[in-house]
Amino acid sequence: MSYSEKIKEVIDGSDVALFMKGTPAFVMCGNSDRALQALRRAGAPVTAVDVLPDPTIRQELSAISGWPTIPQVFVKGELVGGADIVEELEQSGELELKLRERLGDDYAAARDEQTVALNAG
Amino acid sequence: MARYDRRVSTEPLRDLLAGAFPDATELEVIDRTGGGDHFQVVVTAASLSGLSLVEQHRRVYEALSVPLADGTIHELRIKTKGAA
Repeated sequence: MSYSEKIKEVIDGSDVALFMKGTPAFVMCGNSDRALQALRRAGAPVTAVDVLPDPTIRQELSAISGWPTIPQVFVKGELVGGADIVEELEQSGELELKLRERLGDDYAAARDEQTVALNAG
Repeated sequence: MARYDRRVSTEPLRDLLAGAFPDATELEVIDRTGGGDHFQVVVTAASLSGLSLVEQHRRVYEALSVPLADGTIHELRIKTKGAA
């Protein structure tokens, strides 16, 4: 399976997908951290993907999303935005509303956080 | 020796944004670190009204596509608003 197919699988198959530099346990960029912290404050069940292992991941992700920068956050397959938008929506309470609307009122109960590694081939 | 003037790095970006948002009522470009590659831009324009934040930010990315692609902009923070 190509990176593109795997990326699409994560985007469409995850409640909340976060494409970031590093992992939640070892964040490699301040903006990725801003997005992760905002999602955590909202109680989002995050599936994180590290784009750093191969530059192709980032290129193919941006080709799919039409979004040039990292991080990128998706809720149920829909691009929510990068760090600035996610922070803004978290502060205004709209992120929580969106999560409730898309994932159900008890979305925060699971509090999962998982990391998915993409491997080509 | 002359001190580094942050306008050297912010003016070209401001010009690109002014071209893309001729109706902007607020247009600000800040060199966040003084290094000429970490920027914060603020755009308020009527042409952004009614668009989602994702679409608003996309317009900014489009306006700055060249400096984003050639590495001039290493990091970009965006704040957008639709003007009433």
